[in-house]
Amino acid sequence: METILSVNNLTKKFGYLTAVKDLSFTIEKGNVYGILGPNGSGKSTTLGIVLNVVNETNGTFSWFNGDTDTHNALKKVGAIIERPNFYPYMTAVQNLKLVCKIKEVSEDKIEEKLKLVGLLERKNSKFKTYSLGMKQRLAIASALLNDPEILILDEPTNGLDPQGIHQIREIIKKIARQGTTILLASHLLDEVEKVCSHVVILRKGEKLYSGRVDDMLASHGFFELKTENMAELETYLEKNDSFGKVTTENGLITAFLTEEMNPAVLNQELFKKGIILSHMVKRKESLEEQFLTLTKNQSN
Amino acid sequence: MIRLLQIEFIKLWNNRASKVLIISYFVLLTSIALVAAIKFDIGPVKFHLADQGIFNFPYIWHFNTFITAFFKLFLAIVIVSMMANEYSNKTIKQNLIDGLSKKEFVLSKFLTVISFAVISTVFVFVVSMILGLIYSDYNEISIIFSDLEYLFAFFIKLIGFFSFCLFLGILVKRSAFALGFLILWQVFEGFVRGMIRWKLFDGETTDRIMGFFPLNSMWNLIKEPFSRLGAVKSVANQIGEEFNFDYAVHWYEILIVLVWTAIFIYLSYALLKKRDL
Repeated sequence: METILSVNNLTKKFGYLTAVKDLSFTIEKGNVYGILGPNGSGKSTTLGIVLNVVNETNGTFSWFNGDTDTHNALKKVGAIIERPNFYPYMTAVQNLKLVCKIKEVSEDKIEEKLKLVGLLERKNSKFKTYSLGMKQRLAIASALLNDPEILILDEPTNGLDPQGIHQIREIIKKIARQGTTILLASHLLDEVEKVCSHVVILRKGEKLYSGRVDDMLASHGFFELKTENMAELETYLEKNDSFGKVTTENGLITAFLTEEMNPAVLNQELFKKGIILSHMVKRKESLEEQFLTLTKNQSN
Repeated sequence: MIRLLQIEFIKLWNNRASKVLIISYFVLLTSIALVAAIKFDIGPVKFHLADQGIFNFPYIWHFNTFITAFFKLFLAIVIVSMMANEYSNKTIKQNLIDGLSKKEFVLSKFLTVISFAVISTVFVFVVSMILGLIYSDYNEISIIFSDLEYLFAFFIKLIGFFSFCLFLGILVKRSAFALGFLILWQVFEGFVRGMIRWKLFDGETTDRIMGFFPLNSMWNLIKEPFSRLGAVKSVANQIGEEFNFDYAVHWYEILIVLVWTAIFIYLSYALLKKRDL
């Protein structure tokens, strides 16, 4: 695996406040990463540091195995942090031409990228006349100008209306399908769940977890079951070693697995015992549930 | 280097306010030629400014660089706002994220400042040359090309002043406040001069000390040329006064301004490097 970014023991203090505490993680090529955390957990600060706009207090980071210095590495990165910042008096095309000059890439791709984000008709309008959604899409176009190795997005749907959110997500998915590495910071869990394969979870500047979304909790998922004879089912489940915690809520039994189990096997077993299910679902905890469990475990 | 200048050019030239100010600045530089047209012809009083010797070589170099240096305030506005706007639009953050290093960022601004100074100097040279060739009483090559150090001093003066503006733009981050600070600083230097003269030293020592202050050192580069004018001198002689000033451009004055320039540019860089955006 090719390492794109590695962060080692990064710490950032703003006066008394420690925004990022001893943070380490690596970003490998080809994955879609999410940085999750409540507001003020240090997501933007971390991105600010690796993007050369915030100075670290301690620790190091290196792009592309440290082969190039940060500002040259950033030419191979596309990033949007917080609000889109462009020159308000310049048109979309003029702004993008400037970005091309900074990134030292040719201007051929401007039209193509504007088309990708659906701004081609407004390309000669001044930036200040754009709506927030359009500004955000222009920022994405600008970040893609160099066909980056990695795309960094910080709260890309913040402040947008539902339609705008949808448009941005579609664009992100389209980019992810092309195999671009993406690092997405967000506090919106479903957003991360929909696109990310890996997550880094932060709380108060500390890393709670980093790794694959699937491996976040050592969990085999759980069954949601319903039958006529609830009491019998409950007794069966409690006696079975494959199940851990069993809860009943609103006439629905939730049984957590302690080991892998095929739903067909369980169904057959129960049928033999004369328990006939009227409802059976096997699923894994949603990212939200996992996230809450994780943050709760560590919240003292 | 060309790339950095191009980046700055795109930013400046697409901004209408900057464009208007830059154009008016150069129009004003040219307008010094209009002084030639000042002509009073009221009955017995005939006065034609161009005939008073202000366009004589080599005096014209001194006179024109002194006068046109006042117009630098127009460019000061452009420079302060080109720096401060990067902060208020937060585009400086985007520039850095896009892969411009902090050093390149300051360098691109400084190169722009140097370009402004170079173009202004060439402009003043050409305008003065034309005016001189039309009105000067002396047209020998050796006289035309003497005293050219005033042009050099003009160039250094602009670079020093613009670097100061650049630094204020970064320091204050708001164009209006930065310009206010510039005026405040001028007042401050005046105040310091007053205090030193009043409490500490005689006039000569005060002048020498004040020569180390940024704005004063820039002012010192080109001394006022009026008392050197023939007409003024003869009037002074009639009332029994004799001017005996030192009009020359001194190497140590140039050096002081260059040192200030270096300090301002370095401080701009240090400030940018230290700050979180």
